[in-house]
Amino acid sequence: MRSNKLTLKEIKASLIKEKVKELFLEANYQISLDLMNLLEENLKKETSPLGQYALEAIIENNKIALSERLPLCQDTGLGVLFLELGQNVHIVEGDLKEAINQGVREAYEEGYFRKLVVDDPLFERKNTKTNTPAIIYTDIVPGDNLKILAIPKGFGAENMSTLAMLKPSDGKDEIINFILETVKKAGANPCPPTIIGIGIGGTIDQSMIIAKKAIFRKIGQHNTNPKYASLEEEILEKINCLGIGPAGLGGNITSLAVHIDYLPTHIAGLPVAVNICCHSARYARGVI
Amino acid sequence: MVGNYDSTKKLSTPLKNSQIVQLTAGDLVEISGYLYTARDSAHQKLFELIKKQGKLPIKLKGQILFYAGPTPAKPGYPCGSIGPTSSYRMDPYTPLLLEYGLKGMIGKGSRSIEVIESIIKNKAVYFVVIGGTAALIAKNVKQCEEIEFKDLTGEIIYKIYMNNLTAIVAIDAYGNNIYDTEPQKYKSNK
Repeated sequence: MRSNKLTLKEIKASLIKEKVKELFLEANYQISLDLMNLLEENLKKETSPLGQYALEAIIENNKIALSERLPLCQDTGLGVLFLELGQNVHIVEGDLKEAINQGVREAYEEGYFRKLVVDDPLFERKNTKTNTPAIIYTDIVPGDNLKILAIPKGFGAENMSTLAMLKPSDGKDEIINFILETVKKAGANPCPPTIIGIGIGGTIDQSMIIAKKAIFRKIGQHNTNPKYASLEEEILEKINCLGIGPAGLGGNITSLAVHIDYLPTHIAGLPVAVNICCHSARYARGVI
Repeated sequence: MVGNYDSTKKLSTPLKNSQIVQLTAGDLVEISGYLYTARDSAHQKLFELIKKQGKLPIKLKGQILFYAGPTPAKPGYPCGSIGPTSSYRMDPYTPLLLEYGLKGMIGKGSRSIEVIESIIKNKAVYFVVIGGTAALIAKNVKQCEEIEFKDLTGEIIYKIYMNNLTAIVAIDAYGNNIYDTEPQKYKSNK
């Protein structure tokens, strides 16, 4: 009998720690070039003087942060990670979660980042002083790589995010209304111009997870389903008619992009999750 | 750097009523002088100290509170990145602090009706700076010193010396509020 040949790629936990650290350091100093270009483009479109002032300040801030390696924002974020772990990967010499948390700890210490995690959300609210534990989502996929998306998520925008369990009969119009109400109510708080991540379908929990992940696809890249792509365009246009503007100071650029993702759902349901991200949409990707 | 706003009013701390009554919502100002940072937990502590003891560890008369907590300073820098947090979370504590002499606040986002009424009653002013521009704002900070509630990691009260910080008058002493007036001008129906 021939033995099944099992090919495993070994990845040392210490390598994962180093990668996570590197990604959080990069994300807190550097805005993606796509986003910088989009901010510049939108500055040309903005007609409000205060809105222009806000966009100019944001662009200048991002340049200073990059050139001097300073945190873009004092809210250096709660560490959120999306992992795609190849099923042929074998993690050795350590524990995956601990390696990730250690990477976050070291990045926040060495990068001079603010530590923002409290242990007990309600009663004690004592700072853990390490910015851990991080929030980790792991998806097992074919292959022998570990892909990491590292997001320092700021809470000005997280606090303004919403979720609704709509009725299937509510359809597209109610989804649009719900999103517009969310953005209107949020006003200046999520630091516009924002990126709006929307998750439709799945379960109540899955809808928010895909909404969060949708924020961090290449900015402005539409859903591959043309119906959802056109819904993204329609929602963006309507948001930018609200008048909120950059920093909420009035203007026609309230959001830079709307990214929708969707999942199959139950016959009785239409979950809709809205996860908002500030203009400082920080993330970094890595592969081991 | 500033869009079409080329006339800025210079302000220095502590603020005087005579300066405050001349400010109008929408004005750009440049603020210089000492001010204090305070976020959620520091506000809660200040509020409780007033309620329990009727006095405060810092003199608020004429002062400005900046709703901010800086990142740790890198070597060679007086202060880390420092930008505004959302002000609405301080709303429950603000009217009492205004009664105790606080004159100005720097944050981002609109305020509650109670805060606006207290701003009018106490002749105070609410400024905003642009959220997410903490590396830029840090350029205006010349000194930064921890002074109170040192156990509050991330929320310590710092006394900072600000040099020509550009801010916008968001709510003036008459209750005019740019978050009500400005977005209306750019609203359209589609």
